[in-house]
Amino acid sequence: MSSITVDKSIDARGMACPGPLMNLIGAIRQGQVGQVFEVLSSDEGSKTDIPAWVAKAKHEMVEVRPDAGFVHFIVRKAR
Amino acid sequence: MDEQEKPLSLVLFSGTDDKLTAAAVLAVGAAAMGRPVNLFLQYYALDAFRAGRVCVDHAISPEATADQAPVVRAHPGLHWSELLRQARDVGEVSIQACALSMDMFHLKKEDMDPLVDGVEGVAAFMASASDGQVLFI
Repeated sequence: MSSITVDKSIDARGMACPGPLMNLIGAIRQGQVGQVFEVLSSDEGSKTDIPAWVAKAKHEMVEVRPDAGFVHFIVRKAR
Repeated sequence: MDEQEKPLSLVLFSGTDDKLTAAAVLAVGAAAMGRPVNLFLQYYALDAFRAGRVCVDHAISPEATADQAPVVRAHPGLHWSELLRQARDVGEVSIQACALSMDMFHLKKEDMDPLVDGVEGVAAFMASASDGQVLFI
């Protein structure tokens, strides 16, 4: 287990590309600066897309943690 | 995403659901990454954007083999119209009907789905595309 406190977790497992990313974008837009968001995704595209979007949108990629058949993407809203 | 990004401009010609979906995925990705997106609807793609026709079955392109077509149909991704709504929600998306194609099929703006922003000629589309890429699908 990681020690990061997640403010909002989104279970996007089973969603097709780019669904998990779009769910993350929607959640971050509604959130507050400093809040931490987690997306669970089994979509292969998320592994490249979520870090690319986080860098582009100037948020903070806190953690990318593989799990059983999916990945936890943990992102802090930075602005 | 403060710096001005080059637009991505897609000419949608094909009206089959697989090609419209592939185009919509490009549009949503570009919009998410902060690029303005211009869609120009021609020929069979224009027909797919007629009011009341968006969600009907637009078939799969003839490129799909007998084995591939059912796989494409069964894929659980969002409908292309929903992907375009997502693109519009996260970014700057303009969907314009080609004036020539509108004329060819005797269509008016009010015959089109609300996703369509307007009708324009090819020169106006190229002006919007400016120095960004133009892809034909």
